[in-house]
Amino acid sequence: MAEKDTVQLSIEDVWLSFHEVKALQGVSLEVKQGEILAVVGPNGAGKSCLLNVVNGFYRAQKGSVTFEGRDITRLSGHRIAALGIGRTFQSLQLYTGLSVLDNLMAGRHLLQKTGMVAAALYFGWSHKEEIEHRKQVEWLIDFLEIEAVRNQTVGSLSYGLRKRVDLGRALALEPRILLLDEPMAGMNRDEKEDIARFILDVHEMRGTTIVVIEHDMGLVMDIADRVTVLDWGQKIAEGSPEEIKTDPEVIKAFLGEE
Amino acid sequence: MSRPAGTKDVDYAQSMAILRTRFEWVMLIAFLIFLAVVPRIFSPETVDIINVMAIWVVGAHGLNLLTGYAGQISIGHAAFIGVGAYSTAVLILQLGLNHWWALLLAPIMTGLVGMVFGLPSLRLKGFYLAMATLAAQFILTTAFLFAMPGIVGGISGLTVPFPEIGGMSFRVPENLYYLLMPTAVLMTFFAKNIARSRLGRAFVAVRDNDLAAEIMGISLFGYKLRAFFVGCLFAGVAGWMRVCYDGCVRPDIYPLMDSIWYLGVIIIGGMGSTMGAIFGAIFVRLLHEMVLVASPALGSFFPPEIAGQLGSGLGLVVFGVVVALFLIFEPRGITHTWEILKGRIRHWPFVFAPG
Repeated sequence: MAEKDTVQLSIEDVWLSFHEVKALQGVSLEVKQGEILAVVGPNGAGKSCLLNVVNGFYRAQKGSVTFEGRDITRLSGHRIAALGIGRTFQSLQLYTGLSVLDNLMAGRHLLQKTGMVAAALYFGWSHKEEIEHRKQVEWLIDFLEIEAVRNQTVGSLSYGLRKRVDLGRALALEPRILLLDEPMAGMNRDEKEDIARFILDVHEMRGTTIVVIEHDMGLVMDIADRVTVLDWGQKIAEGSPEEIKTDPEVIKAFLGEE
Repeated sequence: MSRPAGTKDVDYAQSMAILRTRFEWVMLIAFLIFLAVVPRIFSPETVDIINVMAIWVVGAHGLNLLTGYAGQISIGHAAFIGVGAYSTAVLILQLGLNHWWALLLAPIMTGLVGMVFGLPSLRLKGFYLAMATLAAQFILTTAFLFAMPGIVGGISGLTVPFPEIGGMSFRVPENLYYLLMPTAVLMTFFAKNIARSRLGRAFVAVRDNDLAAEIMGISLFGYKLRAFFVGCLFAGVAGWMRVCYDGCVRPDIYPLMDSIWYLGVIIIGGMGSTMGAIFGAIFVRLLHEMVLVASPALGSFFPPEIAGQLGSGLGLVVFGVVVALFLIFEPRGITHTWEILKGRIRHWPFVFAPG
């Protein structure tokens, strides 16, 4: 593992607007190798937009995104994924017609190599590869404690379980950096703690860098190494959880002025 | 998928296998033996009907991969089958190749044509894509009619010799069966394998959530075009089978109505299921044959001037009603009913899987 101070993902002066709405106004952000960075901010602050720019889902009008020394600002989404950027979604974006198992297998798309002809013949190469990747996926299923539902269609699962499958699909990609967009939204305390545990475990076991958007400040304070605060498309503060807690700008943005 | 109590998968290979128990193997082998002796059991007329079913099964696999799995609706499937048929005819008659080379090359040509007409899918979805593929139907059938009549034969089409192996001609249905049925079985095997491995999962990913698929590393551009290529590859094989069956190609035997029938086949059988394509093709062809038998009988109750129209209209009316009934009562198709039935038998006397 590289030392803690290498910058893995750097976002420089990103501007994004939809007609009149200015979603991001010159946001710069550096994510260091192996850290857990939390991005917080009120609704509509531009947090998800920022991740969408990194993923190549939105194109920034100005500014650049660099991942491990490579400019990815103009790359298409699937090429960015191939570089090792995994992502979960705020609103669930699973393959609802597939089983949990197949959702995770589909997450390993980039790691598999079977082509059209090998797929049609199946036996031999494709079969071997499927078994090999199945092992990895089963490990993830154990890890996320979703064994009981592995063969169920995702469309039939409860919200909390779908969130886990979403996380699992992103992990199946074996990303070098994981972008989590409100992985704990709408969950109760226990479910949140489960997800927080998964995030910390993955971080520890694989050394994956993690960028997490989260509203629950208590949780953010517990798991994040550093916190970045966005408001109205601008970065208003950055620092350790302790610094953020007492920052007057942040308090103003979240609680309003006295 | 649930198993009878006490039957456990012991490794991943068994868990992923299509046939996981000895009983299932026995059933499959018994079925294949049955298929092998069909021409000995049934009359030539029945074998002829089964031959047509085999062609429809292959065509339906293609549309099922394209529409059922990858979610790219196509109302031009019959025209793509026509492309396969015309490619076969041209390869055999104008380039002097034999049928077996044509079986190799015609589907690939069809796949490439399909990719060209699949290009709008990169921008269009659902209803709009349906309109674009409808255009493919008209462009292609018009091309059969008017483009290069010296080569593709214009309105009268081309007469293609029947395939032969060592002096045995596949002209009669009983012999042709041994050409068409193994092709259908093999293509079913291919379709199932595509559906259950990396390519099929990518197709479903594109269908269920195209944005997430792109972010997860599945190139939308690449996989939509692959879906059109694979779907039309199957259509090309079906086209080759049609040439072997018809002994000719003509611009009017790949009509729009057939494209819609094909959509009906996968709706009735169950979209996104390999078994569904087979069930659907068999069901729709049986329906067609029953209408053929029923309309003269019904016609005898009506005055002659209505009876003629009854014969031509009844098929479409029955088709429309059946598709509507399936959409309302069993939108997941015959496959779903079949799965429920299998579950009931497996878990008998329980209704649900024990444990």
